[in-house]
Amino acid sequence: MLSLGQDEIAKYPFLADAGQYLKDKGFTLEQFGTDPDLKELITKAYERIQVAADGKIYKSDLVGDQVSREAALPREVFSFLLAIVLLKLSGMHTLIKRFALAEARRAEKYLEKDLANISDESKKQLAIRIIDDLFSVQIEKLDDYFVIPVSDYLKHSINFHEREWKLINRHVEKGQVFLTPHETVRLIRKELGTYINSKIVNAKTPTMIPGFEDSVNKLVMLSKKFSTFTMTTGEYPPCIKHAIDVLEKGENLPHSGRFMLATFLLSKGQSVQQIAPLFKNAPDYNERVTLYQLNHLAGTSGSGTQYSCPSCEKLKTQSLCFATSECEGIITPLQFGKKRK
Amino acid sequence: MNETDIKFLESAFKKYYFEQFGLIRVPERTSEREFGYQKFNSGMTRHISVKDDKELHLLLMQNVPSDVYCSNAYYTFPNLPMNEKDWKEADLIFDIDAKDLNLSCRTNHTLSICNDCNDISNNSEKCIKCNSTKLEKKSLPCKNCIDSSKIEVLKLSEILTNDFSINKDDIHVYFSGNEGFHIYVYNTQFQQIGSRERSELVDYIMFNGAIPEKFGMKKFKPNRNSFPDFDESGWRGRFSKYVYGSKSKRSKIISELLSNGYSSFQKTLDAVSENIGTKIDPNVTMDIHRIFRLPGSINSKSGLTKIHCQDLKKFDAYVDSSFLSDDTVEILANCPIEFKLKNKKFGPYQNEKVSVPTFVAVYMICKKLATIA
Repeated sequence: MLSLGQDEIAKYPFLADAGQYLKDKGFTLEQFGTDPDLKELITKAYERIQVAADGKIYKSDLVGDQVSREAALPREVFSFLLAIVLLKLSGMHTLIKRFALAEARRAEKYLEKDLANISDESKKQLAIRIIDDLFSVQIEKLDDYFVIPVSDYLKHSINFHEREWKLINRHVEKGQVFLTPHETVRLIRKELGTYINSKIVNAKTPTMIPGFEDSVNKLVMLSKKFSTFTMTTGEYPPCIKHAIDVLEKGENLPHSGRFMLATFLLSKGQSVQQIAPLFKNAPDYNERVTLYQLNHLAGTSGSGTQYSCPSCEKLKTQSLCFATSECEGIITPLQFGKKRK
Repeated sequence: MNETDIKFLESAFKKYYFEQFGLIRVPERTSEREFGYQKFNSGMTRHISVKDDKELHLLLMQNVPSDVYCSNAYYTFPNLPMNEKDWKEADLIFDIDAKDLNLSCRTNHTLSICNDCNDISNNSEKCIKCNSTKLEKKSLPCKNCIDSSKIEVLKLSEILTNDFSINKDDIHVYFSGNEGFHIYVYNTQFQQIGSRERSELVDYIMFNGAIPEKFGMKKFKPNRNSFPDFDESGWRGRFSKYVYGSKSKRSKIISELLSNGYSSFQKTLDAVSENIGTKIDPNVTMDIHRIFRLPGSINSKSGLTKIHCQDLKKFDAYVDSSFLSDDTVEILANCPIEFKLKNKKFGPYQNEKVSVPTFVAVYMICKKLATIA
């Protein structure tokens, strides 16, 4: 574990061992429910979650890199730890996810500042070490940039769908990718979120503490806002239409195209028997082989693995994507035509 | 394929595996690989583990496969079903195939074999005899196909060595035995990356998905100073060399690009991708569980050997990969176009009985253009 100073714990409270921290400060959770002075921290914790639920980043009492008042420091950490207690008591997973993401983005800001800090070498080193310790990403400073091995870059960047993160749009040299401090930190956002999320998920759920009930009830109400309904138009996406077209014309659809079509239709609930006739016109059609392969994809034979439909990104690489404006915002053909209400 | 043809091919292949076993490159860490093979007219047998070269030799002699494959991946248990194998890592592999290069020569030497009436004709969309669209294409690749594929291999190795700092000695190039090249890359930082990461490498190498911003073109208020210099490394450099043509034209071309605007720049990028991108088969590189043709084995699409290219420039695919005997055989040949093997011209044959060397007979039977008479 990294050893952290006071202001560093306030910036990166998820690095602290919660129980130990409270103990060191001489508090118990019960005190926060009863002591009128401490109780306002529960309200602060609730607000911290509410801000996260709204998709915003919690504004801390930290001013710039410095702490406004010495006393603000523990309050920062307490409100984070209490927020976790509230979330655990409410058991609302959507809120936990949103909170983890917002906290990750908050920490991101500090990490970025610390990385870019030319005057304070120790702060920069800490940020580099946090990134290395938590996410095993070794970054090095090179002139104005941070460089990371291409393979490490890819492990993280594949989670992004924006084109600027594609390797082709990066400065690559000698097996390394060049990043600004902002991009370096952005690269690990998801992992940071996952890390914070797992810390919360793995934390023990305490029994209800007197004085916490109101805030917990409010959280349960708050989470109701986030249930969504989806509608589907039922129309096939252009890639699937194209594949069906090719087959209908009796032309050759490459193996990857057949894989896409079959996995797509299987995911939409069609049976192997319903799908098989589609391939009848293929130049190399063989009923036995077709059924064998479809059953394999459906997981009804072979290893039992059910294969899923490839992502839009993969289909682009395989030249199987024929995106139209209606495809905007989707990352797999399965999402085509789904509208959130 | 009929029984007599299969017997003939099997005996030729068996002789090869008996006499030329030295050409087989048993991959390093043999026992961690998955092997597989096909026999003529039969499906794939895979999930086989092989201890060493002796065991492999035995397998080849006992089964006389039409094709032999070996995984680029390393597993703890290569003989178990896929999800129990315990994948460890996989060598980076590339496939460059002349059929993917949009070459103009292709129509001259691609034949269509009708699946319904077996008629063989020059490349067409429909069978001339029975109008069926169920056609199997067979190509008898030419020198241009191989030379163009070599250019792609060189483009690939330039990117691998310069952009990814890969040692030249770790890049091994093989002629596939048919109409392209297989490239293996060892000891890199990419051994352990998965399929999605490899697909990003593919897009990088093929120049897929580039955006104007990378080359200095912004949507709003673009600045000419951010356009790439002629001598820059990586894609910015390759792009400018191709688009500017020469250092002196840089300024003029940038002005043109700027005045044409952002969306036109995107179109330029998509268009140049065809020229400067390396044309690899994305599916091969993305696949981390693939069993890939074993180096030194015979490719049953041609009867030629997948052979290591020590010196790519001098490599002559249709001489250096042919190892079957010169003994003559009588065949019934139906091959409307001419082809060249071991520096000799053969064909065209119009449904006629001819005596040819074994390596030619095997080539034509593999291409379904002849049968044993």
